[in-house]
Amino acid sequence: MESNKNIISKLRQDILQWEGYKAPATGQRDMLGLGPLESAFPNGVFPKGSVHELICASSEQAAATGGLVSGILSLLVQPGGICVWIGRDRCLYAPALATFGLEPHQVIFINLMDDKDTLWVMEEALKCPGLTAVVCELREMDFKQSRRFQLAVEHSRVTGFVLRNATGKLGSTACAARWHIKPLPSADLGGLPGPGFLRWQANLLKVRNGQTGSWVLEWQEGQFVPITETTVNLEMQVG
Amino acid sequence: MQKRFMAIWFRHLLTDGLARRRPELKSMPFVLASPVKNKIIISASSKIAESEGAFAGMAVADARAAVAELIVIDEIPGQAFKLLRLLGLGCIRYTPIVFIDLPDKLILDISGCAHLWGGEREYLKEIVFKLRAAGFDARAAIADTPSAAWAVVRYAQKKPIISIGGQVAAIAALPPAALRLEPEVLDRLQKLGFRNIGLLLELPGSVLRRRFGQGLLLRIDQALGRVEEYWEPLTPPVPYAERLPCLEPIRTAAGIEIAIEKLLSALCLRLQAEGMGLRKAFLKCHRIDGRKVQVAISTTKGSHSISHLMRLFRLQISKIEPALGIELFILEATRVEPIEAMQEQLWAETKGLADTALAELLDRIAGKVGPQAIQRFLPAERYWPERSVKLAASLTEEPGIAWPYALRPIRLLRVPEPVEVMALVPDHPPKLFIHKGKRHTITKADGPERIGREWWQDSGEHRDYYMVEDSDGQRYWLFRSGHYDGGDARWYLHGYFA
Repeated sequence: MESNKNIISKLRQDILQWEGYKAPATGQRDMLGLGPLESAFPNGVFPKGSVHELICASSEQAAATGGLVSGILSLLVQPGGICVWIGRDRCLYAPALATFGLEPHQVIFINLMDDKDTLWVMEEALKCPGLTAVVCELREMDFKQSRRFQLAVEHSRVTGFVLRNATGKLGSTACAARWHIKPLPSADLGGLPGPGFLRWQANLLKVRNGQTGSWVLEWQEGQFVPITETTVNLEMQVG
Repeated sequence: MQKRFMAIWFRHLLTDGLARRRPELKSMPFVLASPVKNKIIISASSKIAESEGAFAGMAVADARAAVAELIVIDEIPGQAFKLLRLLGLGCIRYTPIVFIDLPDKLILDISGCAHLWGGEREYLKEIVFKLRAAGFDARAAIADTPSAAWAVVRYAQKKPIISIGGQVAAIAALPPAALRLEPEVLDRLQKLGFRNIGLLLELPGSVLRRRFGQGLLLRIDQALGRVEEYWEPLTPPVPYAERLPCLEPIRTAAGIEIAIEKLLSALCLRLQAEGMGLRKAFLKCHRIDGRKVQVAISTTKGSHSISHLMRLFRLQISKIEPALGIELFILEATRVEPIEAMQEQLWAETKGLADTALAELLDRIAGKVGPQAIQRFLPAERYWPERSVKLAASLTEEPGIAWPYALRPIRLLRVPEPVEVMALVPDHPPKLFIHKGKRHTITKADGPERIGREWWQDSGEHRDYYMVEDSDGQRYWLFRSGHYDGGDARWYLHGYFA
């Protein structure tokens, strides 16, 4: 019985390796700083060279998602590293990125109105190995397109984030994870007036080869702080 | 072959050049002047002004006393070189090798050219007449060496053409200044009574070297042709352009691609050899129906990589309409810049904004969707939210100031949207606001942060900003335009916090 379990876990590791997830060397876990959320991903490591999909249903959620992504970018980016943010409508306010520890002048913004252009630019950017991460705001993305993105990043090891504004039917995609970020009321700061630290609920709706779940994160002075007492594990289907 | 040189002296180069552009000055005494040590000194004087007593080197105040109706014009620095360059380019029709000798002379290497105009006398006449017709007071002289021609044109009264080997006799009667010596040496020669070069030529070289240094000997040797003199020729820049005539008209995309590839490989070979990078290029396609089609590419960083430029052109091929066929392709690089040679890196590392791959990516994006879509922001020293960022002029421009650390919304609406508010208390945020028909109850709020309008630019009310959080935890940036005045003030939503 025991040996069977061993065999299965060994096979799982092999499959992960074939799919491009390298098991970290023992004792050398490269944590990004997202806390317990990272345990949801295969091998317990945030998948860097892959595409993440984030769903935003409203402007408020889009803002919360933008904040969380900027936070993750600041963790990913090396000093002098470059990110590309492909946006719509020139909505993103560059000085706010400084709040999340990201140097706004190290981000190149590309403003596009057409989804077709956005897809083309996103794919080209994901193929560019000099970049750290590419964020793109899209209305719709089908499986074929997400597969193209995934193939592009497998060569370049760039991390891609797709912010999808669509609220309707969500088809399956080839992305490594599907996120849904919601803003949460901030906690009281010892009776001080005004809103406290930015707080979000990060739902992982789908994780390839990983666990789904829901976590509460706070952005405190330049880093993510997991709020553990409210962690709920949603039993969801594994994508 | 016997070397022959011509020196052309423009006696009033700057003033003639100005009078050509402003013909009304031709009949008036005018001078060009520039400030030197708190004094306005004349740097060039027109022929009429000179005849009335205003010379270069005089103070303008003194000249005004001598010539009442003197017109003084500010001198533009670098103008002499510009004029000489243009004149030199014009002289290339007489000889392919032209040198500039600042401040007012041109030296032409006319070896083997004069006979085409029927001899040196006709040749010299032709050039001088052409220049005089253009309005320049020019003198010219021909000799075996540039220095001898220079000396003759500047100091000899007559006989501008020195026959072959006749430079010793020609310069012997000229003053030592004709040898282009340093002022100290000239002073010493003057004191010792050397009135002409002939007296110097009689003395042995060792004596001259001991008293006046090697420079004098070198100048004498150059003038007599014993030592060759090197000048940098003013060659007209060969344009970065390639032509490809086609035997059969090209009508297919594949054919156009092959044509571009051929042109690019020839152009890039030259760019590589010269260490230049292409910034902007045009491909002109001449069709057999007599029309021209052209497409352009531009790069953010100079490049001579065939593969990268080919990728940029490939995006443009669909815009070329061959119609009945293209018979001639011309590739012109209108803007090139020197590029520093990149050392091949042994280890890949983050290269940041200087990365070639990034520049190439941006070129492709600019080629596909237009360069205005690509933006990079730098902080501006302004508080007004819409103006607190400015667009970076280049990819490598660094911010002059640090990014302000103030909590700002991650999404800023381009135009603030009016909201309906309820339950107002003076200088407090509202308890409730309605945006797009949706009711938000405010539970927490921070503010006000008053941001004044830039009154020197636009008039209007200041804004009092509040960061508010509603019962669902959604955070907004609201502001009241102007002061609280009993409920009439207008409220706007300006952004969403993360």
